[in-house]
Amino acid sequence: MRDLIKALLGKLVVLMCFPGMLVLAASGTEEFLVANSEPGASGGKLVVAERSEPKTLNPVTALDGPSRDVIRRMTADLIRINRNTQRTEAALAKSWTVSPDKRTYTLKLRRGIRFSDGHTFDASDVVFSFQVYLDEKVHSVQRDLLMIDGKPLIVTKLDPYTVRFDLPKAYAAAERLFDSIAMLPRHLLEIPYKEGKLASAWGLDVAADQIAGLGPFRLKEYVAGQRMVLERNPYYWKIDSKRTRLPYLQQIVYIFVPSEDAQVLRFEVGETDILNRMSAENFSVLEKDQQVRGFKLFDLGPGLEYNFLLFNLNDDTAGRLPEIAGHEVWFRDQKFRQAVSTAIDRNAIVKLVYQGRAVSLASQVTPGNKLWRNDALPKPQYSLANARALLRTAGFRWRPDGTLIDAAGQPVSFSILVSASNAQRKQMATLIQADLKQLGITVQVVPMEFRAQLDRILQTHDYDAAIMALGSGDADPTAEMNVWLSTGSTHLWHLGQKQPATNWEAEIDRLMQAQESETDSQKRKREYDQVQEIVATQLPIICLVSPNILVGAKARLTNFEPAILDHYTLWNADELYWRP
Amino acid sequence: MRVSRAIVLPLMFLLFLHLIVLVAGFVTPYNAATQFREDPFAPPSRVHFFDVNGRFHLRPFVYDWTSGVEFAKYVEDRNRAFPIRFFVTGNAYSVAGLFRWNLHLFGVDEPAHLFLLGSDGYGRDQFSRFLFGGQISLFAGLLAAFLSLSLGLLLGAAAGYHGGALDAALMRTTEIFAALPWLYLLLALRAVLPLGFDPAPTFLLIIAVIGIVGWSRPARLVRGIVLSAKEHNYVLAARGFGATELYLLRRHVLPQTRGVVLTQATILIPQYILAEVTLSFLGLGVAEPMASWGNMLSALQQYSILTSYWWMIVPGFLLVPIFLSYYILARSFESRVESSSY
Repeated sequence: MRDLIKALLGKLVVLMCFPGMLVLAASGTEEFLVANSEPGASGGKLVVAERSEPKTLNPVTALDGPSRDVIRRMTADLIRINRNTQRTEAALAKSWTVSPDKRTYTLKLRRGIRFSDGHTFDASDVVFSFQVYLDEKVHSVQRDLLMIDGKPLIVTKLDPYTVRFDLPKAYAAAERLFDSIAMLPRHLLEIPYKEGKLASAWGLDVAADQIAGLGPFRLKEYVAGQRMVLERNPYYWKIDSKRTRLPYLQQIVYIFVPSEDAQVLRFEVGETDILNRMSAENFSVLEKDQQVRGFKLFDLGPGLEYNFLLFNLNDDTAGRLPEIAGHEVWFRDQKFRQAVSTAIDRNAIVKLVYQGRAVSLASQVTPGNKLWRNDALPKPQYSLANARALLRTAGFRWRPDGTLIDAAGQPVSFSILVSASNAQRKQMATLIQADLKQLGITVQVVPMEFRAQLDRILQTHDYDAAIMALGSGDADPTAEMNVWLSTGSTHLWHLGQKQPATNWEAEIDRLMQAQESETDSQKRKREYDQVQEIVATQLPIICLVSPNILVGAKARLTNFEPAILDHYTLWNADELYWRP
Repeated sequence: MRVSRAIVLPLMFLLFLHLIVLVAGFVTPYNAATQFREDPFAPPSRVHFFDVNGRFHLRPFVYDWTSGVEFAKYVEDRNRAFPIRFFVTGNAYSVAGLFRWNLHLFGVDEPAHLFLLGSDGYGRDQFSRFLFGGQISLFAGLLAAFLSLSLGLLLGAAAGYHGGALDAALMRTTEIFAALPWLYLLLALRAVLPLGFDPAPTFLLIIAVIGIVGWSRPARLVRGIVLSAKEHNYVLAARGFGATELYLLRRHVLPQTRGVVLTQATILIPQYILAEVTLSFLGLGVAEPMASWGNMLSALQQYSILTSYWWMIVPGFLLVPIFLSYYILARSFESRVESSSY
């Protein structure tokens, strides 16, 4: 009995605080999602330090990490990927059906739920959102994801709570498409959209009552250079098993610091509550005083990021960049690439750069990607003898002083570009430089500002080799189409191909396209396994290591379930609460 | 020239340092780039005279560092002592680029390593890197200072002695050079250099640029002295007797600038050493795996290294007496110039 009164009292407090809810509770039509996490206590705030200020609060144009971090707390998707299971689950859509030809998805929306400003959400908001994302004039970040074979998906409102999506062809990862496509409020954004001003809407100067979303938090205030405060969204559509409306936290406060070290220091002294990724060095520094300072660190194992050595295989350098074109003769030789891969001591990289908190890689799929990794691929073996044998069969020889020369007598020497601001990649380059010296190859390591490096790789193709990292937000191979298709915009080693330049690139094209529309998941896995095999033997990029995802949080923070997929820590911010 | 007592010590120290750095290959046990990958961030080796039984050994010895599973946590393996041997053969090195040799002043047998100042994140000997790095950093300072002073002397004397339009033009040029943001200039320079450029010439080029950009201050000082010197009565008298311009400059005017040039040299050399340190610290100077003092300190940009491995900061502290010595010299030269001008 006492419990009942308590529960009622609790409700009453909530009701009095948020008069908007009174109507909802009375109408009783709100179709909540019941979270299956441990029910907790409401209240408190969470302080997070971001490396820089967000640039915008507009989900359509946000590209940078901090903007996306903040926006994700304020928005919600129709279907989302559970970061822990790496599988899809219901969100704003309570259920969905798929037609037998896998081309039509019909989504049922939750009834009676509201945006954070109290306005109701229904199918017209969904149609509007997709209209915006797909509009060529808006240049949304998400448009590429929603185009299948160059054709957009077609969104039709069947009734206020039912939406049909027609895909141009069967698309295996269709459900996953909906994750990170934030639903936009038509009542706030339709006017700017019609006036062609959508891209500039919801800048940092937006008033708190002019921005609304379906996420667990909403904007409270932004003080330039100091902090951004999000407050609890009183209309959020999730409840716990005790029927308490989520989220539990009253506020999330973002503060801005200049570097990772500053983030770590703030966390160490207890000024911030969460550390979203840190380097292995910082992890071991913090590890020592976990108990004393009351926080907990998590080594989640390898994430999806793969670091690799990239050789320039572009074919537009001849004549324009004679020196690079000369070096490319070596790079195009599969045996040369294999020799380099065999001569790289990946274990040393794991140990010296990541203090053991990383794994060496044979292909682009990391052990963190449980559903898609090809476990049959052999581990890369470090062997200078094998590397020398490979070079010998490829026609390379050695001068008496140990210098490697090619068949034409040219000494083998090339440069590796690294981002000057990335300590780990600089260290990897220095280790690789020493490794290749053993083969008689002279390597110059050229640290460069990241944008200048990207410009050389993507635009001018004026480079020999580079160390880069890629890691998509999702485990599904479709997220990597841009990298592996020979026509892809991130097909880094050889851009702008009209026809596949090599047989194996043609084969990768075929397999990637096949898996994209294959609906039998086992067949899909086999196809992607083959892609990984080709990558591991042809070595268009020489995969090196995948760093572990290292995060930390105050020990009192409960329901904290960090995951190796992007956003790592706060993906379930709605369920977090402070243990008293 | 009488050497005052105050500068004996710094002068000796600097001479000794330059000598040691010049023969770095002989004095150090390892090459600057040799990586002992099993020993990252090894603390400085402890040199023992007493063994585990408390027995005294005249020949000092070290124990090998062994590490467990945890990264960079070492304990001494007391089972086997490695005596420090003198005049051992090891890696080949070149002395001042003239001849190659492989004799080292001291070393220990494998598998132990002698890390007098610990090792860095790649397991490279910090002591060896500091001395080899000195070759780069000290040479950078000397070369750039030489360039600045020669240019400054030449152009300053020309401006002061000629006066008129040449003077005005040169002085406006010095102002432009003084206003150049040299760090950005070097950034731009690094960006346009071809990637495959060898690290050594790249570095020489950067030093040359720093040296050339820095000519304006010595030039203005020299100009001032030349301006006043050429009006001295004995110079006017010499001119009256028909001395040529060149003779006047060489015999009467330029010797006046000696004090200023010397002072400027002692100020500029540490300044340029610091410029190299700054550049390499920012990743614009000497490329890995070559050692320089700036390169060694750049690892400290990571907060965790600063807090976890104290020996990594030792090269930073070693710079202090070097700069101090230069500034004591500069101070003493400066007071000499001041007292002689009255």
